[in-house]
Amino acid sequence: MNNETNTIEEFAAQEYKYGFVTDIEADSAPPGLNEDIIRLISSKKQEPVWLLEWRLKAFQHWQTMEEPHWQNIKYPPIDYQAIVYYSAPKQKPQLKDLSQVDPELLKTYDKLGIPLREQEWLAGVAVDAVFDSVSVATTFKEKLKELGIIFGSFSDAVHEHPDLVKKYLGSVVPANDNYFAALNSAVFSDGSFCFIPKGVRCPMELSTYFRINASSTGQFERTLIVAEEGAQVSYLEGCTAPMRDKNQLHAAVVELVALDNAKIKYSTVQNWYPGDKEGRGGIYNFVTKRGKCAGVNSKISWTQVETGSAITWKYPSVLLIGDSSVGEFYSVAVVNNYQQADTGTKMIHIGKNTKSTIVSKGISAGHGQNSYRGLVEMKKGAVNARNYSQCDSLLLGDKCGAHTFPYIEVKNTSAKAEHEATTSKIGDDQIFYCKQRGLSAEDAVNLIVNGFCKEVFRELPMEFAVEAQKLLGVSLEGSVG
Amino acid sequence: MSLLEIKNLHASVNGNEILRGINLTVNAGEVHAIMGPNGSGKSTLAGVLAGREAYTVTDGQVLYKGNNLFDMVPEERAREGLFLAFQYPVEIPGVNNSYFLKESLNAIRKHKGLEQLDAIDFLALIKQKVKIVEMDESFLNRPVNEGFSGGEKKRNEIFHMAVLEPMLSILDETDSGLDIDALRIVSEGVNKLRSKENATIIVTHYQRLLNYIIPDVVHVMKDGRLVKSGGKELALELEDRGYDWVHEEAGQTV
Repeated sequence: MNNETNTIEEFAAQEYKYGFVTDIEADSAPPGLNEDIIRLISSKKQEPVWLLEWRLKAFQHWQTMEEPHWQNIKYPPIDYQAIVYYSAPKQKPQLKDLSQVDPELLKTYDKLGIPLREQEWLAGVAVDAVFDSVSVATTFKEKLKELGIIFGSFSDAVHEHPDLVKKYLGSVVPANDNYFAALNSAVFSDGSFCFIPKGVRCPMELSTYFRINASSTGQFERTLIVAEEGAQVSYLEGCTAPMRDKNQLHAAVVELVALDNAKIKYSTVQNWYPGDKEGRGGIYNFVTKRGKCAGVNSKISWTQVETGSAITWKYPSVLLIGDSSVGEFYSVAVVNNYQQADTGTKMIHIGKNTKSTIVSKGISAGHGQNSYRGLVEMKKGAVNARNYSQCDSLLLGDKCGAHTFPYIEVKNTSAKAEHEATTSKIGDDQIFYCKQRGLSAEDAVNLIVNGFCKEVFRELPMEFAVEAQKLLGVSLEGSVG
Repeated sequence: MSLLEIKNLHASVNGNEILRGINLTVNAGEVHAIMGPNGSGKSTLAGVLAGREAYTVTDGQVLYKGNNLFDMVPEERAREGLFLAFQYPVEIPGVNNSYFLKESLNAIRKHKGLEQLDAIDFLALIKQKVKIVEMDESFLNRPVNEGFSGGEKKRNEIFHMAVLEPMLSILDETDSGLDIDALRIVSEGVNKLRSKENATIIVTHYQRLLNYIIPDVVHVMKDGRLVKSGGKELALELEDRGYDWVHEEAGQTV
C-alpha cells in the first residue's frame, strides 16, 4: 500500500555508479605513521628543510591530541597505523600536455564523465588533476602565468614559490588547529596552490578534480588560495571515487586568504563513495576548510554540494577580520542509506560592519543522519556585524534524521543575528500532484529536491550547477514512489 | 467508443465505502456537471479517476478510451490526457511554475512520441496560454502555487489545463473560494478550451459555475451514487429547491 516506503528501499538499493579501480602501479610507503614516514614523504618530494620541520612539529603536536568525538556521527575506531600515508603513481609526471598522461588514467577520467580535453578546450577551465597524491596534469598554466596567476600543484609551488608558501601555509589553519588538521599538516602529500596577484581578476574558473585511488591510502590534500588586494578568483573542486569495501580516511585542509577588496569563491561538489546499502565501506571525509577575510571589503564565499562519503564532517568557515568583509556559506548535504553528515560553518565576526550569510539545505533519505552545526560569533569589536542564517531540512521516508545545532555568540550590542530553520517532508500530495501532471515519482522527487536546493544551486558556477543537479538526481533515484 | 465509461464503480477509503455503484458515460465534446451536497462522494470520484492512493476500488470498471483505467498508474493516466484540476492545488516551493509545466508537457509529449519542446518554443506557448486565464506573465516565474491566493491557485490549474490540452478534464470544486471575477475568468478559460475532441467533468455543489459553463448533462450525486440526471435546467432546479427533493425522490425509487 505504501509505495513511498517501497521505493525508498529501492533507492537504498542503488549502487554507486562510479565504482571502479584504475590499474596504475603505485609507489607506496609501508602502512603506519612515525617520523620516518614523514621524512620519507618530505624527501620523496624533495622538500626544503623548513617544510620538513613544519611537518614534524605538526606530527609531534598531533601525538599529544585526541581524536574528537563530539560530533553527531558514529564510526568504528580508526587505526592510524594501518593507513598508508604516501602513494604516488610510478610514472613520474613531467608533462607538457595531456597526450603525455598515462592513457589508463585518462580513461578513468572519461568513466567519471570528466573529459579533461573538453574541459580544457571547450569550457575554458584550467584543470589541475590530482590523482592519488601527486598532480599529473596542469593545464592553462602558461596563460595564467601571463597574468601573474600561479595555479598548480602544491609540490611545485613549494619549489617554485617557497616564499609565498612559507608566508601563507598554516596562516589560516595552524598546524595544531585540530586533530585532523594536525594529521594533514604532518603527512599532506599534495594539493593545489593558487595565488592571484594584486588587482588581477582570474579570467577562468579554476578547477581541481580529486580522486581517491590505491586501496587504503589516506588522502591528505592541502589547498592554499591567496587573493591579493583587489584580486578575484572562483575555484571549483569536485570529485568521485572508486568503490571500496574498506573505509578510507580523507583529511584535507583548505586555506583561503583574501586581502583588501579581494574576493574568493570556493565551490565543491563532493561525491565520494558513500558505502554500500548496509553502510559498509565509504569514505570518511574529515576536512578542515577555513577562509580568512584579512582585508577590508574582502569576501569569501563557500558553496558546497555534499552527496558522497560515508561520513562527512566539515565546517567551511570564514574569519571576518577586515572591516566590512563578507562571509557566505551555501550548502546542500544529502545523506542516504547509512550515510552521516555533520556539517555547517563558522562565521567569526571580528571587524566592524562585517556581514555573513548562511544557507544550509539538508536532505535525508534511507537511514541517513544529517546534522547542521553552525557557529556565529560576534566579537566585541564587531560593531554593526550582521548575520542571517537559514537552515532547512527535507526528509524522505521515516527512517532518516535531521538535526540542527546552531550556536550564536554575540558579544557586542550593535550586532544582529537572525536564524531561521524549517523541517519538511516530501508530501504524498506533492508527489501525487506531479504525477497528475504526467511526471514520474522520480522526476517529482528531483523537481521537489531541486526546488528545495535552489537558493544554493544558483550560487554555483553554471556548469557546476548542472553537475550538481545531476548528482542529486542520481543520489535520489527511486527514493519516493 | 465513449471517452469514459464508468460501470458500477465502488470505492472505499479506510474501509468505508464512499462510492456505491457509479454509472456514467462521457463522450468527446460533452460537458458533464456532477452536483451534490458535501460528503456525497464527488471528490472521491475525481480522486479515484485520477488515481489517488488513498482510495481502494472494490468493484466495478472504468474504461478510458476503451482501456481499463485501473491498469494505468496516475502519471500514465495524465500522459493519456486525463487531467484533474485540484480542489486544493499543492504548493511546490522553489520550483518555477513554467519550469514545472515544461517538464510536465514534455513528459506528456514524450509519451505521445512527440518531440520535446525547447525553452524558446515553450515560452512562446505559455505566453499565449497565460492570457486565457488573464494572468500576468510574472505568474510564470513564481514557484508552483507557493504564495498564490486561493483564486490564483484555481486559475493556475486552468492555466495548466490550457497548456497540457487534456482529453478529459475533471474540475474538482474549481469554483469554490472564487470571487465573481475569478469565477468568470476561470469559466471563460474552460469555455475557450472546450472542443469536439475533449470532454469535461465539473464537480461542484453550487449552481453558479454553471451560469458560465453550460453543461450538456447534470448529475446529482447522493451517498455515492448518481441518483438523477438531466439537462442544464436540472441545475437551476437544484439551486431553487435544494438537494432534498432529489434525495426524497431518489429514496423512493431505490
